[in-house]
Amino acid sequence: MSDEYEHKLEAKSDYTGDASSVSTPDIDAVPDAELPDQELYHSHSWWTTYVFSQDAKYIGIQYALTAIGTGLLGLVLSWLMRIQLAWPGLGWLEPSSYYQFVTMHGMIMVVYLLTALFLGGFGNLLIPLMCGARDMAFPYVNMLSYWAFVVAVVVLLASFFVPGGPTGAGWTLYPPQAITAGTPGYNGGIILMLISLILFVAGFTMGGLNYIITVLQLRARGMTLMRLPLTIWGIFTATVLAMFAFPALLVGCLMMTLDSLLGTSFFMPAMVSLGETLTHEGGSPILFQHLFWFFGHPEVYIVALPAFGIVSDLLSVHSRKTIFGYRMMVWAIVGIGALSFFVWAHHMYVSGMNPWFGFFFATTTLIIAVPTAIKVYNWILTLWRGNIVLSLPMLFSLGFIVTFLNGGLTGLFLGNVTVDVPLSDTYFVVAHFHMVMGIAPILVVFGAIYHWYPLVTGRMMNETLGKVHFWITFIGSYAIYFPMHYQGFVGVPRRYFEIYDSPYIDVSTLLLNKFITIAVLIVGAAQLLFLYNLFASARLGKKAEKNPWKANSLEWQTPQMPPEHGNWGKELPKVYRWPYDFSVPGAKEDYIPQTQPPSEIIGAKVEKT
Amino acid sequence: MSKKKSIFQLLTEKPWEQDQIEADNDHQGQTVNLSKQKLGLRTLMAASTVLFSLFIVAYSDRMLVHDWRNMPEPWLLWFNTGILVISSLVFHQTVKYAKNDLFDKTKNGLYFIGFLAYSFLIGQLIVWYQLMNTGFYATSNVANAFFYLFTTIHGLHIIGGIYFWGKTTSKFIKRSLKKEEINNLIDICAVYWHFLLAVWLVLFGLMLSS
Repeated sequence: MSDEYEHKLEAKSDYTGDASSVSTPDIDAVPDAELPDQELYHSHSWWTTYVFSQDAKYIGIQYALTAIGTGLLGLVLSWLMRIQLAWPGLGWLEPSSYYQFVTMHGMIMVVYLLTALFLGGFGNLLIPLMCGARDMAFPYVNMLSYWAFVVAVVVLLASFFVPGGPTGAGWTLYPPQAITAGTPGYNGGIILMLISLILFVAGFTMGGLNYIITVLQLRARGMTLMRLPLTIWGIFTATVLAMFAFPALLVGCLMMTLDSLLGTSFFMPAMVSLGETLTHEGGSPILFQHLFWFFGHPEVYIVALPAFGIVSDLLSVHSRKTIFGYRMMVWAIVGIGALSFFVWAHHMYVSGMNPWFGFFFATTTLIIAVPTAIKVYNWILTLWRGNIVLSLPMLFSLGFIVTFLNGGLTGLFLGNVTVDVPLSDTYFVVAHFHMVMGIAPILVVFGAIYHWYPLVTGRMMNETLGKVHFWITFIGSYAIYFPMHYQGFVGVPRRYFEIYDSPYIDVSTLLLNKFITIAVLIVGAAQLLFLYNLFASARLGKKAEKNPWKANSLEWQTPQMPPEHGNWGKELPKVYRWPYDFSVPGAKEDYIPQTQPPSEIIGAKVEKT
Repeated sequence: MSKKKSIFQLLTEKPWEQDQIEADNDHQGQTVNLSKQKLGLRTLMAASTVLFSLFIVAYSDRMLVHDWRNMPEPWLLWFNTGILVISSLVFHQTVKYAKNDLFDKTKNGLYFIGFLAYSFLIGQLIVWYQLMNTGFYATSNVANAFFYLFTTIHGLHIIGGIYFWGKTTSKFIKRSLKKEEINNLIDICAVYWHFLLAVWLVLFGLMLSS
């Protein structure tokens, strides 16, 4: 940092200088706890321990497994879609099934997999442990949150079994087509989808309340907000975004449910359907689009911010280096969160809007690239001259940086109205958002699972299998999405279940479609390796030592690993530093855990960032 | 307890510097000096405010379309508004009673508040009944649909309030909690009641003025 900082550091000889002046144990002293210890709920039976558990760690695992299970269905749907696109001559899918699969794939991946996994899964597992709390603030509400999510998933899946099948309106569920005859599932599936989303929002609000209050109020002594790992900053900010963004989805869903069930006209204009004049009149479909994207854009960051936070911690731990520019990283997370509420209409450039309106949203969209770019620079500078260990979490984190950068750059193109208009609704858009909020966060999810697996099971995941999984996933996803950019440029529209013999469709498109599909099948199959690794390692994996990655943050400093009920034994931890003291010159080890008191590391000189 | 800091002060701390390290080691682990229930309620009220604001935005947008036909405001709505105002005032008084340890007065206050809340809900249902009897269905005009939607969502919030009012009242009568804890809960319910009154006044005012 600045010279001024260096002078200050030298002036402080009591901590950084010679040992003789600091040998008094007083430097470890912290004031007595003023706040009472949290009262814990103790389970009495098998049911309350393993099923209706109120322990945040269990709820986190339950959330994660449910989300991954649902996500697998999304993966299989993408296989089916791709086979149809590559070999349309097979007559593999009906057009209606194709649309239904597109819709369910999108909604499952965005909401039921990524949101639930990052906030419900990692949030529940990591927030109490990383903050140094015994559990969430309201454990009972936390349990309700998970079960509301389960019911939401069940209702969503039930839509496969109602007459007409699930909705085929696209994951954006735009009215009027979503609830008008001609769209698959217009009177059955869509209702279940809307109800499922309403349940999800209700469940999430209960969970989000817990995450916010726990992070704000239940931290360990000495754990200030600016000493929190960036993982927590990411999850916390994403939760705040979700608390403000999900109401918009709720409003849209409620009003569309009424339009469909009661025949009101919130969103439905006067229209003729199948030769008959419908009873609706005057409704505004654009209003729904605004509501949806007022939720939908922050939703991108609800998924991305936890990924940003987690990847920052993974990079720091696995390159044995302080995160570069911690404060800037926090500000970037908060800044991106705030800005994300002012960019939503860039999803609606082709819906028709005042040019000044489009100008405003194009500008805000480009501005949000600034904090995002700061984060990318900081990740790279964290790696700069670090002691990089190419462990599995590190590989996935590196994969994330490249992929996120890639997807972010195409975002700059699409954020401009004039560039977006010709590219809108082509495969370029599909490639962009899969790179930036599909592959990139998923790579972080994998990295995070490999990283925190020993914390959950006490065993390590298999390294070789993991590396095979990484390389197939990483290279495979580029094999899938790079060609899609090209297809978008030559004008192949998205959402078409078959590319007919049009003069503008080149033979290369058809060949690429086959190539992409083969890549999809291989990448998808590679996930089976991961699943095998995930479940088999719980039994067969190498026993993990305590704190296997030599990390500083609190979750690895519990008396038992995996942590038991109540996390911390008798005494709550005391925190003496931030979690990024890696490779401190003069220290015995290359890491100083947050709980290590100053008297034990005399002579260590904290590195400036 | 650490001194109160603004969000900007919090975010500009340099956690790696020696001065800051020493100050941070004294930190007690709480960001704001509020009970978790109170802060939780504020979080929920913030989310709920966003929800109602978005409804209002949707209402204002939809109002501009030519097919909008205003709905009459039955006098009973004024009566229900009055009930809500009174229940808020009573709650305000009850919080004072609870603070001064006046057990019977607090108990009566809580019962009366519950009675008023149920009366409000019944009153709203009667308004619905009257409107439907005079042909103002949700389907006949979108203004009516908004009215039913607003009253439903507000009513659901009231029902949620009644649930917590019931829990608080029964804990109060059983005297199963310490004085500060039960007063904290009563206080929280009161704040929520005032919030729902404010929401209703805004919604009602919006429907009156359009």
